[in-house]
Amino acid sequence: MFAFVFRRLGLVVPTFLGVTLFAFVLIRLIPGDPVALMAGERGLTPERHAQMLAQLGLDRPMVEQYFSYLAALAQGDFGRSLVTRSPVLNDFLTLFPATLELSFAAMLFAVVIGLPAGILAAVRRGSTLDHTVMAGALTGYSMPIFWWGLLLIMLFSVTLGWTPVSGRISVMYYVEPVTGFMLIDTLLSDEPEAFWSALHHLVLPAIVLGTIPLAVIARMTRSSMLEVLGEDYVRTARAKGLNPTRVVLVHALRNALIPVITVIGLQVGLLLAGAILTETIFAWPGIGKWLIESIGRRDYPSVQGGILLVSCVVIAVNLIVDLLYGIINPRIRHAR
Amino acid sequence: MNKALMGAVAAAALLGAVGAAEAKTMVYCSEGSPEGFNPQLFTTGTTFDASSRNVYNRLVEFERGTTTVQPGLAERYEVSDDGLTYTFHLRKGVKFQTTKGFTPSRDFNADDVVFSFMRQLDPNHPYNKVSGGTYEYFQGMSMPSLLKTVEKVDDHTVRFVLNRPEAPFIANIAMDFASILSAEYADQMMKAGTPEKVDLEPVGTGPYQLVNYQKDAVIRYKAHPDYWRGKSSLDTLVFSITPDASVRYAKIQAGECHVMPYPNPADLAKMKEDPKVNLMSQEGLNIGYLAFNVRKKPFDDVKVRQALNLAVNKAAIIDAIYQGAGKAAKNPIPPTIWSYNDKVEDYAYDPEKAKALLKEAGFENGFETDIWAMPVQRPYNPNARRMAEMIQADWAAVGVKAQIVSYEWGEYLKRAQAGEHQTLLLGWTGDNGDPDNFLAVLLGCDAANGGSNYAGWCYKPFDDLVMKAKTVSGQAERTKLYEEAQVIFKEQAPWVTIAHSVVYQPIRPEVTDWKIDPLGGHYFYGPGLKD
Repeated sequence: MFAFVFRRLGLVVPTFLGVTLFAFVLIRLIPGDPVALMAGERGLTPERHAQMLAQLGLDRPMVEQYFSYLAALAQGDFGRSLVTRSPVLNDFLTLFPATLELSFAAMLFAVVIGLPAGILAAVRRGSTLDHTVMAGALTGYSMPIFWWGLLLIMLFSVTLGWTPVSGRISVMYYVEPVTGFMLIDTLLSDEPEAFWSALHHLVLPAIVLGTIPLAVIARMTRSSMLEVLGEDYVRTARAKGLNPTRVVLVHALRNALIPVITVIGLQVGLLLAGAILTETIFAWPGIGKWLIESIGRRDYPSVQGGILLVSCVVIAVNLIVDLLYGIINPRIRHAR
Repeated sequence: MNKALMGAVAAAALLGAVGAAEAKTMVYCSEGSPEGFNPQLFTTGTTFDASSRNVYNRLVEFERGTTTVQPGLAERYEVSDDGLTYTFHLRKGVKFQTTKGFTPSRDFNADDVVFSFMRQLDPNHPYNKVSGGTYEYFQGMSMPSLLKTVEKVDDHTVRFVLNRPEAPFIANIAMDFASILSAEYADQMMKAGTPEKVDLEPVGTGPYQLVNYQKDAVIRYKAHPDYWRGKSSLDTLVFSITPDASVRYAKIQAGECHVMPYPNPADLAKMKEDPKVNLMSQEGLNIGYLAFNVRKKPFDDVKVRQALNLAVNKAAIIDAIYQGAGKAAKNPIPPTIWSYNDKVEDYAYDPEKAKALLKEAGFENGFETDIWAMPVQRPYNPNARRMAEMIQADWAAVGVKAQIVSYEWGEYLKRAQAGEHQTLLLGWTGDNGDPDNFLAVLLGCDAANGGSNYAGWCYKPFDDLVMKAKTVSGQAERTKLYEEAQVIFKEQAPWVTIAHSVVYQPIRPEVTDWKIDPLGGHYFYGPGLKD
């Protein structure tokens, strides 16, 4: 087990380095010069342009910039935004809880609806219900997030007036960030009824962000369930005359869930990617919106830092999933 | 007001969070996060809306809804006969805001003015390097070369000495970068070792004070109780940051915000019909143009420039691109600016005459060139790509083959600045309503070298007039010079002047006394909310 953990952790360092290089080069490959963008139509004299580049440290050779970036990273310094001058790590830490909260709610929504839908579809294979679930999953999977979000806003917020259009909480409340998770912070604040406002604001973005994982989970559950339902031990259980519901929910489901859980783990990366669009539509103050804005301004340190930190989260989740897998299924440890 | 907002207001009022039960809150769905809260350091309207326009005042200010300069923190000023010395007499009894981190011990005075200008002017000023220390607008308005000294005469008098006479000076210091910060606050923060706080937690004399800012989400202000023009009728002002234009529109419809900037052009037709929205509009203080790079052949030849002016069917462009929200432009300044010369005659659409002129210039068989089109929507040009295609077709009809070129926005600006283009589409929105802000800034010789003169056009007779207009102070005399300059501009044709666009501002019907700012700002002192 020790060797296995060690091997897995050993992979983290090169991955991390790869990501730093990738993020560093990528944002610079997008044409556009932060200084020219700051000046806009106004323009700058060539001397002033050079002076500002020097002030921002962008006049040095790329390789040199990269190594000094790495050196700073080694000391935990993610740099400062070129535009606002605020420390990148601070920005990330203020905004990330909002993304995490949204992603968690979206995943909850996807699991709570996706699992039962998949199970039902498998049990009633070939029925209208099955076809409906499968068609729904296909549609959900191919739904463009931007369009889907606007559609739901038009319907539920503008026409019906059931949900707020955007934001994280009614602008009338001011909740002091403690944990950064609005649902928790509202309860800690002296206006606990703000909790309902926060919940109200969370519903629509969570549905939009959760739609694709929901479709994936429903399909995965269905196929995994079908496979398990065909196994001998399930047939034996049925032949013994056990309660059919019990057979499905206890005997079959437990085994069917293993691949589903892996899939859920894999969804984390996708979820963060989807969050970028969802946050932009719903004006959700998370890292997605921050990254989009930073890319638009060619704010190199913010984009680099953002990508790097998000990658760390994904790497960490994958590592945990891997390690857990190793614990649950000892055969994995000895493979490779 | 919709139910959700009403409920929230009621709840907040009950809890005393807003104060009085009648507390009025206006919600503005702004388009993005401000870069910071000090208008000296940044150049975007988003930042100015969040800072200078509502938190700060300037010595002189633009009267709301106009480009007329009126007294601000200075009650009056005198100019010496040589035009080099400006003496400002400051208003007495003006209170700075009291915030979490600062309680003023004195009223506004000359020290604050000196501090605010010297921070930007003097590289050795203790605050010069704080928060990055790039003062782009101050630089852009040539303040470092213009200002000799800014000195305190007594507590309520400040003297500015210039290196050369500059008629637009007063209009220039009504701009956002010239906002007055508190010197006392700056001193305190410097002593406490936290000078950046001055730029992040602003203290001004303006109608609203910042309460808190949640990055990318909400900016909250409350009315400055001792505002020298009188406390605002709105108790609270909230910026709800909403980057997507369609979502902003949805929020107006749902009553979640009262005012929004920059509507999506595609939504305008619907907004006009929508009873939940009051769609205001006003001619913008802008110009969209096509500039010829006169440093390159064949555009150094005035006949070629005139011919290509004649070859463009402007009426068709206005119809197709602006769809009624624009007016054909003949001068480089919009008709809303004083000195606009209405007698100038535009080039009529005349392909035959264009061909004849091209023949005279030795281009009987035409030539090949390029048209640069911006990749982004700008207030003065809603669709540059499409506009370029129309011009391309018009020019093809007279034998000029043009290729359309586009780059990412920052790259576009950088390459255009380097003069890589042959012809390019661009535009300008005025900063202060002074003709100089268009004629000298966009077409003067100084700006031809890496400034915003993208035609690279430096024509002595024109430049002399515009430079002379800077040094004389009577508006009547300046008008005459500018009118003459516009005639020369048209004849020399460094640009195809295309359009002045209309600016739209959707507001909720319950918003009262809203005025569109011709300079593109959003001001919340003055407008109110119906009960």
